[in-house]
Amino acid sequence: MRVTERPGWHAAITASTIFSLALLLFSPPGGAAEKENPRSGGELVFAVGETPPSYDGHRETTFAMLHPIAPHYSTLLRFDPQGYPKIIGDVAESWSASKDGLTYTFKIRKGVKFHDGSELTSKDVKATYDKIILPPQGVASARKAYYDMVDRIETPDIYTVVFHLKYPSASLLANLASPWNFIYKAEILEKDPRWYEKNIMGSGPFTFVEYVPGSHWVGKKNPNYFMKGRPYLDGYKAIFIRDTAPRVAAIRSGQALIEFRGFNPAAKEDIVKALGDKVVVQESPWICNLTVTINNEKKPFDDVRVRRALTLAIDRWEASKALSQISLMKYVGGLFRPGAGSQYATPEAELTKLAGFGKNIEAARKEARRLLKEAGVPEGFSFTLKNRNVREPYEVTGVFVIDQWRQIGLNVTHMPQEGGPYFNDFRQGNYETGIDFNCDFMDEPDYQLLKFLSSDKSPLNYARYKDSVLDDLYEKQGRATNAKERLKLLRQFEKRVLDEQAYQFHILWWQRIIPHWAKVKGWKITPSHYLNQDLREIWLAE
Amino acid sequence: MHQYILKRLLLMIPTLLGVAVLVFLMLRVAPGDIVELKYAGTGAFAPKEVLDQERAQLGLDKPLWHQFLSWMWGIVRFDFGNSMWTGRPITYEIWIRLELSLELALMATLVAVLLSIPLGTLAALKQDTWVDYFVRIFSIAGLSIPSFWLGIIIILGFLIFVKWLPPLTFTSFWVDPKANLTQLIWPALAVGYRYSAVATRMTRSAVLEVLREDYIRTARAKGLWERVVLTRHALKNALLPVITVIGLEFAFLIGGLVVTEQVFNLNGIGMLFVESITRRDYTMTQALVLLVSFSFIFVNFIVDLLYAWLDPRIRYQ
Repeated sequence: MRVTERPGWHAAITASTIFSLALLLFSPPGGAAEKENPRSGGELVFAVGETPPSYDGHRETTFAMLHPIAPHYSTLLRFDPQGYPKIIGDVAESWSASKDGLTYTFKIRKGVKFHDGSELTSKDVKATYDKIILPPQGVASARKAYYDMVDRIETPDIYTVVFHLKYPSASLLANLASPWNFIYKAEILEKDPRWYEKNIMGSGPFTFVEYVPGSHWVGKKNPNYFMKGRPYLDGYKAIFIRDTAPRVAAIRSGQALIEFRGFNPAAKEDIVKALGDKVVVQESPWICNLTVTINNEKKPFDDVRVRRALTLAIDRWEASKALSQISLMKYVGGLFRPGAGSQYATPEAELTKLAGFGKNIEAARKEARRLLKEAGVPEGFSFTLKNRNVREPYEVTGVFVIDQWRQIGLNVTHMPQEGGPYFNDFRQGNYETGIDFNCDFMDEPDYQLLKFLSSDKSPLNYARYKDSVLDDLYEKQGRATNAKERLKLLRQFEKRVLDEQAYQFHILWWQRIIPHWAKVKGWKITPSHYLNQDLREIWLAE
Repeated sequence: MHQYILKRLLLMIPTLLGVAVLVFLMLRVAPGDIVELKYAGTGAFAPKEVLDQERAQLGLDKPLWHQFLSWMWGIVRFDFGNSMWTGRPITYEIWIRLELSLELALMATLVAVLLSIPLGTLAALKQDTWVDYFVRIFSIAGLSIPSFWLGIIIILGFLIFVKWLPPLTFTSFWVDPKANLTQLIWPALAVGYRYSAVATRMTRSAVLEVLREDYIRTARAKGLWERVVLTRHALKNALLPVITVIGLEFAFLIGGLVVTEQVFNLNGIGMLFVESITRRDYTMTQALVLLVSFSFIFVNFIVDLLYAWLDPRIRYQ
């Protein structure tokens, strides 16, 4: 990879690269530290917990689309499968940025072929990103908002793509490494921009063989894949298994060798106990969390004292110990994922100063009671906590939170709901408090903070408040040309959301747990179940 | 008889129309919509205009009467439209699952019939002996054990003792009969056992009742062999209520094996039904409700025709 120019404000990217190199030293089994020689051949059978709605990566938001379909496609850039969060080229051979950070030039590899034999050129990259950023009428693009910085895309020649930006952006490269941004064929998009919703034509390591809706998806090795010697596998089969118990049974029986989303601790124990050293377990902090969302329009939750009392009452450190035994809930963190590979996480010393994140729970609850009294909330005040009717981690966390609030004299009713009514109530503001969730494909403040912008700016903000200070800080951090300056803005944002206003607050971040057959080699866990799914590095030991 | 058949067939139309109106309205009254679930459901940034655009594409922005009439117009032309979730034709989505569901229903019915009729008859013939007690215990156990629980036990038994699991993906009987039966025999046994328990008890009581009838005494008095008395006189008459039970259960099995399908990871109609409802896939749910309703109506119709065949006294006008 060649990076011809590196403006000073790219220090953040450099830092992340160094960090990822350091990470390589601590690779878990199955990762880059493998000493064995990769072996070609075999079919990887893996389980997927849902079925894909459509095949179009640009419009879908579920892992159920990515896991079976990502192996058919290439992207412009990608996160290093062996060293997250390092960004490497996929069809981009090299790239450079202008000094003012407003122009990015990408050189496309020569000889990248679509599965129909035609060559992938800059025209295809432009057509792809035009569809994502400026989708034609009637075409949905789920992540269009993250590319607001892009002014236009040009193709000076068939191997060069130039992105012109309206303003410098700290997240552009990471956004171009998005696993959702499959490169589509311009000629097809021109004829029918919705063709890819029901058809596959990519340039990835595997070609499409068969999809039986609700049952399985099959791909076979692309002999013309641009990376010589890859993929190692002859093919793969994704079996759709909706329930956890049959998924565990599938792994135990060896009918599926891996499931890439993750299991809870009990399922992991079950598999490990049954298979012993035939399985290895990879674990990682996950860029997913559960949040207590408060309807800031409803009384008494419009009073910051009440909201602060709610966050102060929750003993997150105890929650981590208790909930991690029975669920994915594990890490105490602020607005950014704690743990390895997260360059934005708030250090513990700073985190414990925020309301609800301190370690002296008695003092915090005393303060919570004082605030409730001051706000005129009577002892035994009753309200509801709406939640998804998914036992783990939602319901167990809801039960825990209610118990914590009971300890400051609040009487809370748990209302688990089916997905439809749950999202409907959140969108309509028909709730008092609720458990919400968020999962992203990378550690990037532009993504993790979006939920906290004013509700008229972010459809993800169900807490129904408006705060121009937060909106302003968000814009500034996104355009910050210096890593330290950006971090400072992020801390200010975090303090305002979690401590000063306590609009809504995270409970815990998740732990991703992947127990898989030891013969599955070359796959390394990342903090996101959306990443590293093209299977090109995976091989099967005898 | 022909007139009766025609009348019954024509009666299906208003019945199905009533079902169609009910399911259409009930789905619209239930909170939540498919677009919210598709986009906001996974925490993606989906602004209102994207959601509105999607709603328009699915026709959800049109007035209810318009949505209903276009659905009805499609049905008249045997066009059920596309699934709102996957965008694929509903007939295709149902068709690829129907073979499995029908086969499983047939196999479970076969298991139930093979168990219930001999056991129920035997229990009646040997009333109040150890044979009768055994059959009663066997059938009460079948009624008490949910089929999905038996399914879990079967799977755990395989996993623990032979470290094996039935295949997780469906292979058509016509492509590979061995693979097909290896997958479906276990859920068929789990479902068939419970199903047989109901039918066994029904057979036992019906045979007991018939054996006390005058015409049985007459048959025995004129010196007929006991086997002939039983098969040609007693059993044929006793089977009338049993066939009703078997018919209704068969119709239920086509769309009602939700949990068993989950346990064995079967890609059947029951699973599709639940997924469609939880996703608020209106078009798919509507089509499935109509399919299951049609199955019930049709099976009932067949059962009524079987009555006439089994009991010559029954004549339909």
